[in-house]
Amino acid sequence: MTGAATRTQPRPLAPFLLAAPATLLFVGLILLPLALTAVLSFNVYDYSSGVRNQYTTANYLTVLQDPYYLAIFWRTLRLALLTTVIAVLLGTPEAYILTRMGKPWRSIFLLVIIGPLLVSVVVRTFGWSMLLGRDGLVNHALAVLGLEPVQLLYTETAIVIALVHIMLPFMVIPVWTALQKLDPTVEAAALSLGASRFTALRRVVFPQATLGILSGSLIVFGLSASAFAIPGLLGGRRLKMAATVVYDEYLIELNWPLGAAIAIIVLLANLAIMLAYNRMVERQAKRRLG
Amino acid sequence: MGFLQLEQVSKLYGEFAAVRDFDLEIERGEFISLLGPSGCGKTTTLQMIAGLVTPTNGRITLDGRDITREKPARRGLGVVFQSYALFPHMTVAQNVAFGLEMRKVAKAERDRQVAEILSLVKLTSLADRYPREMSGGQRQRVAIARALVIKPPVLLLDEPLSNLDAKLREEMQFELRRIQRVVGITTIMVTHDQAEALSISDRVVVMEGGKITQVDHPYSLYEHPKNNFISSFVGKSNFLAARAMNEATGVSLRVDNTDLKIPATGSYPGGELCLSVRPEKIRLTDPAGAMLHGPVSSRYFLGNHWLLSVSTPAGEISVAVANLGAPPPSEGDITGLTWNIEECRVLAAEQESALQS
Amino acid sequence: MQKNGPFALAFHTLIVLFVLAPLIVVCLVAFTPQNTLSLPWDGLSLRWFAAVFHHPDFVASFWNSARLALFSATISTMLAVPSALAITRYSFRGRDALNALFLSPLIIPHLVIGVAFLRLFSFIGATGSFGWLVAAHVMVIMPYALRLILAALNGMDLSAEMAARTLGAGEWTVFRRITFPMLLPGISGGWLLAFINSFDELTMSIFVTAPSTVTLPVRMYMYASESIDPMMAAVSTLMIALTGVTMIILDRLFGLDQLLVGKG
Ligand SMILES: Nc1ncnc2c1ncn2[C@@H]1O[C@H](COP(=O)(O)OP(=O)(O)O)[C@@H](O)[C@H]1O
Ligand SMILES: [Mg+2]
Repeated sequence: MTGAATRTQPRPLAPFLLAAPATLLFVGLILLPLALTAVLSFNVYDYSSGVRNQYTTANYLTVLQDPYYLAIFWRTLRLALLTTVIAVLLGTPEAYILTRMGKPWRSIFLLVIIGPLLVSVVVRTFGWSMLLGRDGLVNHALAVLGLEPVQLLYTETAIVIALVHIMLPFMVIPVWTALQKLDPTVEAAALSLGASRFTALRRVVFPQATLGILSGSLIVFGLSASAFAIPGLLGGRRLKMAATVVYDEYLIELNWPLGAAIAIIVLLANLAIMLAYNRMVERQAKRRLG
Repeated sequence: MGFLQLEQVSKLYGEFAAVRDFDLEIERGEFISLLGPSGCGKTTTLQMIAGLVTPTNGRITLDGRDITREKPARRGLGVVFQSYALFPHMTVAQNVAFGLEMRKVAKAERDRQVAEILSLVKLTSLADRYPREMSGGQRQRVAIARALVIKPPVLLLDEPLSNLDAKLREEMQFELRRIQRVVGITTIMVTHDQAEALSISDRVVVMEGGKITQVDHPYSLYEHPKNNFISSFVGKSNFLAARAMNEATGVSLRVDNTDLKIPATGSYPGGELCLSVRPEKIRLTDPAGAMLHGPVSSRYFLGNHWLLSVSTPAGEISVAVANLGAPPPSEGDITGLTWNIEECRVLAAEQESALQS
Repeated sequence: MQKNGPFALAFHTLIVLFVLAPLIVVCLVAFTPQNTLSLPWDGLSLRWFAAVFHHPDFVASFWNSARLALFSATISTMLAVPSALAITRYSFRGRDALNALFLSPLIIPHLVIGVAFLRLFSFIGATGSFGWLVAAHVMVIMPYALRLILAALNGMDLSAEMAARTLGAGEWTVFRRITFPMLLPGISGGWLLAFINSFDELTMSIFVTAPSTVTLPVRMYMYASESIDPMMAAVSTLMIALTGVTMIILDRLFGLDQLLVGKG
């Protein structure tokens, strides 16, 4: 940051004045509401009188002990993990294939893969519900092949398929970025030194991509675990995930404190993963340097 | 009292002194070069004059007025940046007019002055182009025009030619001098290229490690470098280890086993000395009776001259031989070397180590 | 450039099909003349598009979303520019913390932000207010604008500003005449990205919109969870078209790959 040092006169007030409006807003509209929600999650709730001005840990105990909620957490974790694994298995090779493409195709297909990011999640989820429905295209195709129709909509399979679809760009982008930094001649050098294609991939390309895969996995896991539209539209009434159950508690059951407790758990889990990731990245960076 | 004067100017970044105790007096209309290797504090010095960096210590005066703490906008000096720093979203004419606009010059007058300066730098036909549509040399001229149009008392140039290719660089070098003469403006140019500094400046300031090591006219600088660093940085030089022995007739230096008589130009302390001889001052002669002799170890043809390296008892010596038709001895041939005794400089050997620390 | 083998190309084709399938199906179904979700085997029809334009709820939600995105993108950009200047041009205590605070909505699930805003709004009695909805959107989309503007500022040649100062420009003039125009591509890109993110936002909005402020994605979600008919496909097709146009603009301005993948 040479700019800071080449200033005519150091004006220590200027940066604070510049950043003040945004800072005030973020404190007032992110930190404060989060704090209010954290407080709310300890409020007593009963069905006749609503939120009461007393405090309890009962909400957390309920959420962490009731098999109904535990099942939902377990499903959320399982589906998010499954989505992450599939996204890695599809996204990493695809990013690698993209880096090896020729001039116009590379940008075109990169756009095809990441462009859908800008299309509303509702639209994409709706597309899957049409494909996977009882009367959908997949079942039509099966019928043409003379096979029995299968129930896909309102199953975990449908949720995972759509989640992978939404998450794929989030996996391709970091891996692509990491591979961009890889000098293409390095792989050629490995091949010229007698390494087999597979060895060159495993020893030269893959290590370079790991950091990208790691950060992609993290984003994908975090977003999947808190996904709302997909389980909402493709999971139906039965298959709840964390986000949809929070929605239910808030807007159907009207038990805000319980919903707040679940939301806070989701937030903490998210932050814990981010922190663990930062640690990991730092350690890896240190190893690279040392 | 000089027109532009720097007194004991220093710039510290934390503990590190980018520029230390810089003293310089510049006359009106002079063309001064700041010459030194990369990182020696040339840009910092220039930016302190421009007001873009505030000195930690010292005083800068312009025409008797103390400008040490004045804002760059109020100093009104013309600055040409190494990257040219043209405004990419403005045409050539708009770039050049910017400074006049800031001075609230009326539109008609502004247009007239812009046209005048563009014709001085030979860019009249490109007035409506954008910087990205021009070559490096043309951008350079725009940057100079933009700095000159505000009629600054001093023009500051930071490595103005370093982004140009070799041929263009030579051309612009003389173009720069022409423009400076026409306008008659006091100019300070930063460069790390000694040929550039020698060819166009009135005086050259050699810097090393944030300090001035010599200020001189180009010819004296070349002929009388104050130390090893300068004689190797400004042009090329051979250095021969030597020892002083006081004799009645003057000073004689012992190079290897041969005694070389040097006219007395001062008293040399007994001990290690260093003899500096430029390659073009050395002549090839018959080995018998030559000052030094040995086999030619390499020979390169450089067009207008040959560059030979000769292995002598005093070490490898570079010799530049003008191309006068007959080729000089080839590799392996034994040749003798001689030079006029006044043509070599005697430097104290400690100077070198003092400079390196 | 090494070539991809046939196996790699087959894999790539499948991925591309997988990525595009739901979007293509949506666009095709939108043109069906039938009453059910079906591909337009026997002729194309625009009846479902007409139905969308005659559906008062969808029309109202579209305008809600457009106004909301316009306001929140503009405000968040106006907040992001000075913040980015503070972060890139000065070194001061707490700079990293500030940067982290500004980018935090990217790592806080929108679900949590939605719940938090719902709490705040009920606390201060702001439920159903369009102004407060804008504020909520500003918070979640500002990081997108900020990231792009930060990248633009970091890539900017500072000497142009210095040159302007030596030519007599004061700080405000330098910003208005030099810094701002040079940043304009980054700022407009940031604005567009913020706009699109606001226009598409569902998870937070569903918690904080009232019947009078329902946005298009929220309306679509509610509609799709109750009934499924080709009108949904028609609305979706319109949104895909809108996104496509934005993508082309962004691509022309910066290269979309730079924008989404770039230094962000
Ligand atoms: N803003 C700064 N902060 C710290 N050190 C600096 C700064 N600017 C320059 N320096 C240091 O000061 C020395 C001189 O820099 P400069 O004047 O740019 O050298 P030159 O132009 O001769 O190459 C360098 O070692 C450089 O690293
Ligand atoms: Mg420099």
